[in-house]
Amino acid sequence: MARLVVMGGGVAGHTTATFAKKWLGNDHEVVVVTPNSNWNWIPSNIWVGVGEMKKEEVVFPLAPVYAKAGIDYRQAKAVSIHPEGKEGSDKPFITIEYTGQGKEGQTEEIEYDYLVNATGPKLNFDATPGLGDGNGQIGPNTVSVCTADHAVHAYSELMNIFEKAKTEKQKILIGTGHGMCTCQGAAFEYIFNIEHEAKKAGVRDNLEIKWISNESFLGDFGMGGLHMKVGGYVVSSKLFAESLYAERGIEWLIGAHVNKIEEGKLEYELLDGTIGEEEFDFAMLIPPFSGVGLKAYDKTGEDITDKIFAANGFMKVDADYTPKPYEEWKADDWPRKYQNPDYSNIFAAGIAFAPPHLISKPAKSPNGTPINPTPPRTGMPSGIIGKAVAHSICNLIKDGENAHIHEASMAEMGAACVASAGKGVFSGQAAAMTVYPVVPDFDKYPGTGRDTDYTFGEIGLAGHWIKHILHFLFIYKAKLKPGWTLIPE
Amino acid sequence: MATEKKVVAEEQNFAKNDAFNLTMIPGKFARKLRTCIIYQFIRFLIINIKMIIVVQKSH
Repeated sequence: MARLVVMGGGVAGHTTATFAKKWLGNDHEVVVVTPNSNWNWIPSNIWVGVGEMKKEEVVFPLAPVYAKAGIDYRQAKAVSIHPEGKEGSDKPFITIEYTGQGKEGQTEEIEYDYLVNATGPKLNFDATPGLGDGNGQIGPNTVSVCTADHAVHAYSELMNIFEKAKTEKQKILIGTGHGMCTCQGAAFEYIFNIEHEAKKAGVRDNLEIKWISNESFLGDFGMGGLHMKVGGYVVSSKLFAESLYAERGIEWLIGAHVNKIEEGKLEYELLDGTIGEEEFDFAMLIPPFSGVGLKAYDKTGEDITDKIFAANGFMKVDADYTPKPYEEWKADDWPRKYQNPDYSNIFAAGIAFAPPHLISKPAKSPNGTPINPTPPRTGMPSGIIGKAVAHSICNLIKDGENAHIHEASMAEMGAACVASAGKGVFSGQAAAMTVYPVVPDFDKYPGTGRDTDYTFGEIGLAGHWIKHILHFLFIYKAKLKPGWTLIPE
Repeated sequence: MATEKKVVAEEQNFAKNDAFNLTMIPGKFARKLRTCIIYQFIRFLIINIKMIIVVQKSH
């Protein structure tokens, strides 16, 4: 009997574990280690953050789902990886520290035959002074919608602002809290949902709403933007994003690295090197992401973290990490199998794998401060990668070392993204977008880097319907209800 | 003699700042289509078909 241990229970980890268990059956063991007791459909946190959904609608307990599936669930955080075992044993293992199940604080070793790192990101609030509290958590100056609890708090603070806006002017700032952030899409959704709700509440005229981000142009989204065919033209997402902001009276400040936040005020550096300040009454700033801080040790106990993980804490896989200028970046640099080059029984899926480089064009201020979005790895690529990894490991378990390894390069897969711009069955709107491929391939698609037959975007009520349906569909799938495997990632 | 003003609601944002002035802003008809139930139902079907094709190409 082989044992697969999956670290992380988000989109990638949950997909890997549930498919692996389905394909392996009871002949082999699947263990999930995640510090969370709940699964969270993160895209709907936006609606929790404006009070259009309750927290309970976007989360559900993991324990009964894993019990039903026959998956060994440990509510614990992974601490270290020992891929060579330890003195007296060649069996690889990880160490975990429980965060629940009545064993809080207890540590344990779990041996594995195959290991998947799907730990997702650490929300690195402390990277910007004043964004964090100094202990790794969000500080008191801003709010976040990265977790369901953060979104509940954000809604409560937003309502205070709406109340004040009934009698006085208020300023809202939404965007990214550091020059190396990703996930601009979440901030994009939040700013337009706030604007939509402010109109409904009759306080829009008293609100100044402003966007601040590390993108070098609006509509970059960490993917270098995208081009689509509209009205006989092929146009950049920049034009569409700017149009949306201008239509709704939302000013933007881009190419900004937020370097200090205080109560009601932040300082930023722009790509041209200038330093500026913005005051605010309410700010939701996405933190930069890093790896969760896993350590790795060899058989003798020597620290080999640098061998397995990149400097940003994400796990090295079969990508080409050779540093090279933007002009030499290739689609082939991106990983296909998500297998660690040194330990072939370790895989990384979703946000946990280290990208070879950015997707957006790199940029620095004259002071040398990098100000550019890092690559997004949204739900669809994370799910597809998780499933491919599950396939590969099942093959390895059943067929041995020469088994077929599945491939899922982000330079060959597309992504569907639906960005809400306001909720309402008849009044809601969302930008429905697809990009193909996620990582542009300028050799295959000279010019835009993507296939413009399959890269498109439009805003409207239809997008909102799709986003709302996806909310129910993916929670249904994650709960492993009848027919869950028929719903694509 | 007072000058008669021709106010077009959707065009007023162009004057709010230089960045707004250099982009495109949808007119009344384009905005109406965004929430027109019949038009959006058709778009819903088309977008779904397009997304399913992209999903199929990605697996």
